[in-house]
Amino acid sequence: MTQRASFTPVVAGSASSESPATPKAPARRGGPPNPSADALRQRFGAAVRRVDVVWGETTVIVDGARLGEIAAWLHDDPAQRYDLLADVTAVEFRDSELPLEVVWHIRSLPFRRFLRLKVLLEKGRPLEVPSVWATWKSADWLERECYDMFGIRFAGHPDLRRILMWEQYKEGYPLRKDFPLRGRFSRSEQLRQALAANPEARYSMDELSIAQAFEDLPDDMRQRLSTGEKTGE
Amino acid sequence: MATTKRTVDVQLSTSGVDAQGRPQRTPLVTDQSGNLLTMEAPPAIEPDLQADHMLINIGPQHPATHGVLRLVLELDGETVVRCIPHVGYLHCGFEKIGEYRQYNQIIPWTDREDYLNSPGNNVAFALGAERLFGIAITERCTVLRVMTCELSRIMSHLVWLGTTCIDIGAFTPFLWAFYQREAIYKLLEDWVGARLTVTTTRVGGMAADVPDGWVDQLRHFTKTFPKTLAEIDKVVTRNGIWVGRTIGLGVMSADEAVNYGLTGPMLRASGVAYDVRKDFPYLDYETYDFDVPVGTNGDVYDRYLVRMEEMRQSIRILEQAIARFPDGPVNTDDHRVVLPPKSKATSDMESMIHHFKQVMEGPRPPIGECYVAVESPKGEKGYYMVSDGTSKPVRWRIRPPSFVNLSAIPKMVEGHLLSDVIAINASIDIVMGEIDR
Repeated sequence: MTQRASFTPVVAGSASSESPATPKAPARRGGPPNPSADALRQRFGAAVRRVDVVWGETTVIVDGARLGEIAAWLHDDPAQRYDLLADVTAVEFRDSELPLEVVWHIRSLPFRRFLRLKVLLEKGRPLEVPSVWATWKSADWLERECYDMFGIRFAGHPDLRRILMWEQYKEGYPLRKDFPLRGRFSRSEQLRQALAANPEARYSMDELSIAQAFEDLPDDMRQRLSTGEKTGE
Repeated sequence: MATTKRTVDVQLSTSGVDAQGRPQRTPLVTDQSGNLLTMEAPPAIEPDLQADHMLINIGPQHPATHGVLRLVLELDGETVVRCIPHVGYLHCGFEKIGEYRQYNQIIPWTDREDYLNSPGNNVAFALGAERLFGIAITERCTVLRVMTCELSRIMSHLVWLGTTCIDIGAFTPFLWAFYQREAIYKLLEDWVGARLTVTTTRVGGMAADVPDGWVDQLRHFTKTFPKTLAEIDKVVTRNGIWVGRTIGLGVMSADEAVNYGLTGPMLRASGVAYDVRKDFPYLDYETYDFDVPVGTNGDVYDRYLVRMEEMRQSIRILEQAIARFPDGPVNTDDHRVVLPPKSKATSDMESMIHHFKQVMEGPRPPIGECYVAVESPKGEKGYYMVSDGTSKPVRWRIRPPSFVNLSAIPKMVEGHLLSDVIAINASIDIVMGEIDR
C-alpha cells in the first residue's frame, strides 16, 4: 500500500507540553481547575454560573440558553479545541427538590484536557436544552438516548426520537426517579400490549416511503397510518 | 509520542476483470513499484437504471450483524443509498438497576454489558468507585489490573478477528483465534473460577489474589500467543480476497472520526493517535513502554491492522507487567470499604463492626461525582458515577464506546455495496450488550 506522502498522524496532546500521568489521590473538593474554566468565565461572564473541582475533575455549570454558543466556542477556539464529545447524559437526584442536571463530557485532544459542562433544569419547567449536534456529530445518538431515558428535549436535534425503547413506548422515561424499577404496568399488562402490537408495524413512515412500500400495505394499516398512528419497532 | 505505522507491501496480480468480464471493483491495482494502490472512494459501478429503490432489512436476527442490530437499507441496485440503524433490542436498563445496588453489587452487571471485555469493565468500574471513595489501591493490585485489562483486550480482539474473518469468508483464522481465546479463559477460570462473567475486581482490590503458578501460565501464554498471531497475520494480511474486501471501505477521515466521537481502534485507524492509556493514563500506564498503532486511511483494512498491532503491544505490556509484578497484599487495608479478614471478624471488635456495616449497609462514598475512562478494546469506556452520600449511586452512567462508534455507520456505508455493509459493520467491533445495556 502506498503511504500518503503528506501523512502525519494527528497526535493527541500535540499542543500540550506536560507529559500525562496517572492522577494520584486527587482532593475531594478544590484543586487547580482546568484553565478552560477561567477562559470561559472571561469570554462568557455571567453565562458561567459556577465552577467546581470535584476529585480533580472540573465542572462548569453554564446557562442553558447559551450552551450552543459556548460549545461552538470551546470546539473552535484555537486555545481550547475541545474536539471530542465523549458523552451526553443527565442526572436526577433522589431529592425531588433538586434540579435535573444535563451533563456533557468533552475532551480536548490537542491539549489533553477534560471538562464537564452542566446545565441545571428546574423541575416544573419544560425540560429543554439546545442541541450541540451542529458542533459535534457524536451528539446524535447520545442526545437521542438522553431524550429516551429522561425526556429532555434537545432543541435543534435533527432527528429526536426514541432509540433504546421503541417508538410507541408510552410508559414514560425509564431513568427518571418517579419511574418504578419494574415499569409502570404489570407483567400481564405488558404481555397484553406486546401481543396486541401489530407485528407488521416494523417500519417508520420514513422507511415506508422507500420503494413505495406504503402502497403495498393492507388497507386497514394504510388507513391507520394516514390518521397519524405511529409505526416503528 | 512513539507511534508505529504499519505498512504492508503486497504483491498482487489480477486480470483486472471479474468472472463476468466486468472490470474489478476491488482495488487490486498496483503502481510501477508494485505497491497496492489505495482506493479513495469506491467508483460507481452500477449504472443508474432508473429503477425503483429497494428496501432491505438486515437483522435483528442475522448472524452477520454481530448481535441484535437491525439495519434498514435503501438500495439503488446494489449500492446503499441510505442506512437507518435500529438498536435497543437488548435494552435491559443496567443504569436503572445500578441505582438500586451497592457499589460492589454493580460489578457483576459490568460483566454483562460488554461481555467480551468483562475483566476490563470490572477494572474500569472499580477505578471509578475508588475515585469516588477516595481510596488508593496497592501496588500489586495495580499491576494485576493492568494484566487483566490487557488479557481482556486480547480476548476481545480475538473474537473480533475470528468473527470478522468468518464474515469476509475465511474460516480457519476463526478456529486459531478461538483456540487462543480459550487459553485466556483457562487463565481466568484458574484465577476466579468463572470464564465469561468473571467479576474480577472489588472496590479497593481484587476478588482474589492469583493462585500459585498463575504467572508462569501467563508467561507461557505470552510466549505461545505471538506465534498464532504471526500465523494469522501470514494467512490474512496479504490475502488477496481479504485485501480486496477491506481496502477502501468505510473510510473516515481523521477530522470526521473525531467529530463523530469514534474512539479506540476505529479512531486510530483514521490516523488519530489518541489512546486513553497514553493521554489520560490510569493504573500507571505511563510507566509501561508500548506503542500506539495508527492507520493512514481509516478504512476496514487499517482497522484490522491496528487491532492486530494492538494485540502485539498488549503482549509487550503483559511481559513488562510480569517482570515487575510485586509481592504484597492485593486489597487495601481500608476496612471501611474492603472487608477485613474473616478470622479477625470473630476476634476483633472493630473488624466485626466493619463486617456488619459493610454487609448490612454497604460502604458509603462521600457526596461527589466522577467520570473515569479506560481504553477498552472498543474505545473509550467511561463510567460516570454520582453519589449523594448513600451506599447506592444516584446515577451510574456507562459511556458505551461501540454505541457511539455504531452511530457513524450510516456515514460509513452509504455509497458502498450491500456486501460491503457486512465488512464495515464487522469492522466497528460492536457488542450489542454494551450498545443497548
